[in-house]
Amino acid sequence: MAGGTRGPVPVPLKTEEHNVTQDVLDLLESKQPLQTSEDFPSIPQAEIKAALDRLASRSMVEYQAHDSEQVLLTAEAESIVADGSHEFKVWKAVKDAGKVPIKEIANIVGAESAKVGQGNAFKNKWIKKDGDALVLVADTVQDATRNLLKGIQDTKTLSDNKTLNELKKRKLVTVTKVIDYSVTKGPKYAKEIPVEVTDLTADMLASGAWETANFKPYNFNALGASQDAGSLHPLNKVRQEFRNVFFSQGFVEMPTNHYVDSGFWNFDALFVPQQHPARDVQDTFFISDPPKADKPRADPITEATMDTMEAGSRKLFAKPNEVGEKPKSRDFEKYWQNVQDVHQKGAFGSVGYRYPWSADECLRLVLRTHTTAVSTWVLHRLAENPRPARYFSIDRVFRNETVDATHLAEFHQIEGVIADFGLTLGGLMRFLEDFFSKMGLENLRFKPAYNPYTEPSMEIFGFHKGLNRWIEIGNSGLFRPEMLEPMGLPKDMRVYGFGLSLERPTMMKYGVNNIRELLGHKVDLTWIKEQPAVRLEKD
Amino acid sequence: MPTITVDKAALFKELEREYTTEEFDELCFEFGIELDEDTSQSTKPEDQAQPPQLKIEIPANRYDMLCFEGIALNLRVFLEKQQLPKWTLSPPKSGELETLTVKEETTQIRPLVSGVVLRNINFTQERYDSFIALQDKLHQNLARQRTLVSIGTHDLDTIKGPFTYEALAPEEIKFVPLNQSKELNGKELMEFYDKDKHLGRFLHIIRDSPVYPVIYDSNRTVLSLPPIINGNHSKITLDTKNVLVEITALDKTKVEIVNHILVAMFAGYAESIEPLKIVSPHNNESREAPDLTPRVFPAEVDYLNQVTGLDLAPEEIAKLLAKMGHDVKQSSSDKNILDVAVPITRADVLHQADIMEDYAIAYGFNKLPRFYPNKSSAVAAPLPINKLADIVRHESASAGWTEVLPLILCSHEENFAWLNRKDDGTTAIKLANPKTAEYQLVRTSLLPGLLKTINSNKHHAVPIKVFEVSDVGFKDESQERKTRNERHFGAAIMGKTSGFEQVHGLLDRLMLMLRSIFITREDGLKNAKLGGYWIEEVDGVDPTFLQGHSAAIKLNIDGKNHTIGVFGILHPSVLQKFELPYPVSTIEFNLEVFM
Repeated sequence: MAGGTRGPVPVPLKTEEHNVTQDVLDLLESKQPLQTSEDFPSIPQAEIKAALDRLASRSMVEYQAHDSEQVLLTAEAESIVADGSHEFKVWKAVKDAGKVPIKEIANIVGAESAKVGQGNAFKNKWIKKDGDALVLVADTVQDATRNLLKGIQDTKTLSDNKTLNELKKRKLVTVTKVIDYSVTKGPKYAKEIPVEVTDLTADMLASGAWETANFKPYNFNALGASQDAGSLHPLNKVRQEFRNVFFSQGFVEMPTNHYVDSGFWNFDALFVPQQHPARDVQDTFFISDPPKADKPRADPITEATMDTMEAGSRKLFAKPNEVGEKPKSRDFEKYWQNVQDVHQKGAFGSVGYRYPWSADECLRLVLRTHTTAVSTWVLHRLAENPRPARYFSIDRVFRNETVDATHLAEFHQIEGVIADFGLTLGGLMRFLEDFFSKMGLENLRFKPAYNPYTEPSMEIFGFHKGLNRWIEIGNSGLFRPEMLEPMGLPKDMRVYGFGLSLERPTMMKYGVNNIRELLGHKVDLTWIKEQPAVRLEKD
Repeated sequence: MPTITVDKAALFKELEREYTTEEFDELCFEFGIELDEDTSQSTKPEDQAQPPQLKIEIPANRYDMLCFEGIALNLRVFLEKQQLPKWTLSPPKSGELETLTVKEETTQIRPLVSGVVLRNINFTQERYDSFIALQDKLHQNLARQRTLVSIGTHDLDTIKGPFTYEALAPEEIKFVPLNQSKELNGKELMEFYDKDKHLGRFLHIIRDSPVYPVIYDSNRTVLSLPPIINGNHSKITLDTKNVLVEITALDKTKVEIVNHILVAMFAGYAESIEPLKIVSPHNNESREAPDLTPRVFPAEVDYLNQVTGLDLAPEEIAKLLAKMGHDVKQSSSDKNILDVAVPITRADVLHQADIMEDYAIAYGFNKLPRFYPNKSSAVAAPLPINKLADIVRHESASAGWTEVLPLILCSHEENFAWLNRKDDGTTAIKLANPKTAEYQLVRTSLLPGLLKTINSNKHHAVPIKVFEVSDVGFKDESQERKTRNERHFGAAIMGKTSGFEQVHGLLDRLMLMLRSIFITREDGLKNAKLGGYWIEEVDGVDPTFLQGHSAAIKLNIDGKNHTIGVFGILHPSVLQKFELPYPVSTIEFNLEVFM
């Protein structure tokens, strides 16, 4: 606990040395009201204030603060008050000697006074030049400057603003603010601070002592006791908000709980050609051990998980005769062949990339570069029973990037997929408008872009009020027929895909500039604990 | 995405108007390219020292926009200033084509070749620079750093056909490389360019091959040693009139794309495009190159209108597609079909989906009718393992622990040696190509991340109590991907005292929340059907922990007994490795068994 910031009464410990509180109580006994600037001139204002607050919180004194300005003399001005003004000194020197050679005057009164004082003495017609000497004109003079300064010294005020400014400019006076308190006895005035109890205790309740106890007043200006609170990570708090948005729109969460995928699922099935730069060792983490994936095949465990999750919608939307019917299982060998064909020689209305396709490249294991690898698996499953469906995931993806303030080798991808018949491009825009409006982003614009597995592909831009400019907030598109039709999905089924990173909106929300301060082990625990809850629609 | 720098004044002259930066940015946005920077708005002295440049990002599949000529042409067509040119071949009056004969030996190293002759070309410094820069961009992008395709261009008047494409032993190939004065053989050339910043990175493509690809003229002058360097003899200059382009490749599709792009971008400066006769009978690749006939693609009107949500007549669709360079005719046999002649520049068009996108871009993405076409609804569901993890996360935070999110990837020693654990080679998934030692494998334990997080927070007041619920990865032969994730719970406490009873208490709390009751070891072992958990001293020695201060977590669930994890006081040698000044206790267990 930092001294004086928390707890009931923040009284700087120094006060105890002077015991200002006691001094105030003592003096009030004989003098009311007392003026702190007069009665305790040597005690710093902050200490006075702390003592008065302490007493006032107990209703032992009442006080009023008076702000006032004091005009104080500078060292130069003080010497003028003592010895007279420069012109006076020159005049006096001439008067004393009767006649002073100009060359000599600095030796008598000092260089500074000689310089300033001669001119003023001439102007005032106190002296004049006689050849190269100074002689007297006026026999007696009034040293007005000294008198003015003397007055200020006595009263510490000067009502004439013009003169005041002039003196300030001549560096003869300074103006400082002073706070003076006039203090009177309060309703509970006593000669000493009575014994206080800090808190209500069980013992006091039992003994009844609470009835007569004198409770130490609570400081309402301090923070309460620090809570030894646990906390969730801010990135996961934002993640939960996005999940809630997806759930509210009927999305089923995808089984993204495997980081390693094969080239097939991560690239080939998405119609990413084998020579695509994304498949470079510069961009993708390849796995050395284990060495190689199997060809795509049934995965009963994940299948069962999906069945459980989709049981609800299957029941709800089933026609009476469909209940209990198991759709025909899909043919992985055919899918593999279809993918090869669409790359190598073209198929499903596509001319294909026309290059020799390598099965080995397909079976290389990678750390998934996007969760779309899982979306692909889920869409292939959908081909067993093509129907309107919505899927989402928010999970970790990996890129072999050089780490900097905005790039890590790992981040979270938010991804949504909507499959339906007769979907339009404008419908995707409409959907995304609704999706992003839940984050307070309105007025979306869409820019044509390139992505190997979506066509059309659209970058999503939103107007950021804080930054006052359009920013890219995500990517979207319709999955290519070359990706969907090899799965066995019907030609007229369209599938929207859209995605964004979780880190970027979180960094914007929490004002984080370096991604390493958000994700990874370099994050500051205090920061985690102190980030407020996320309400995407509010802020 | 490649970024192309073009002269601003020259481009606006081509576009026949001045644009403000905002207006040009808007045009780029609509067309689907991106204005990265207008150097006239830059304050850098090097930018102010030269005429304003526009830096434009081009989508990775638009090879026809990798140079000034292509950007200007496509935008002019988009703005309806002109139609896309129809490129045609003009054989010489004599009817005698230049010939390139391919020797079968080339199949060992780089089997494919294409080419073209540009007659009476008119180079200026700008055009020449752009010609060279385009080849560079194609090499970098489509050609995957020259591995798949490489281009050589030659002053045809300095050499004499017929030409041959051969593959010879490195020592047999002798020539003066481009911009050099000394003759080198293939082997010497590899040494000469080994340290070369620009060319050094291409040497690997052929270096270890017993034969190198090489192109000769009829006087045995070396034209080029693809994909490394041309000969100096046939170097093109500003004064070159007739250009021979040769393109060697591994990829049959890409070699023609490159040929098309070079022709489309630079034939405009030449009088005629003359085909090159390729003689390559051994692989059935004899032909006259290039083929400039547009590909005719059938596109369904229904489809184009349905996906875009538009309802335009075929003529209007045709007009819009013309803005994207397509020449569209209604099919004579089917009213619903448009025969779209896709120009040679548009290799990116693979499917009618691409034509549909062009239609949408030409119409304007942001003008498309925005309404959701269907009213189908769906039933949401969370992934069960995520739901379980959320329960544990919330309960841990409620118990006063702070959630952290370290990385999944870590170094080998953090995962093993630093925890006094041995890698028996059966568990960890290892990366083949990490850029740093920080990322060598997928963690098999949450402990390294937790301990590293505490290490970064040594300034924080103790006790530090952190937890994570996330996946670790294991090798698993039974899986298609030979690996699996496992959802773990992990927590660590560092304080002036060990905190052993704290992690123990957290375990009890989580088990209570997961409906697992505390049972005695004896009862649990006697009857596996009795659900519940107990802890027992770890069998033997677990070197991660102080001896005698680690406990195995045993769980009976669904009639089976599992050891789900372990907790204990970390061994001081582990603390030392992770540079932790105070005692630390940790707990980690597998959540999957609770599914």
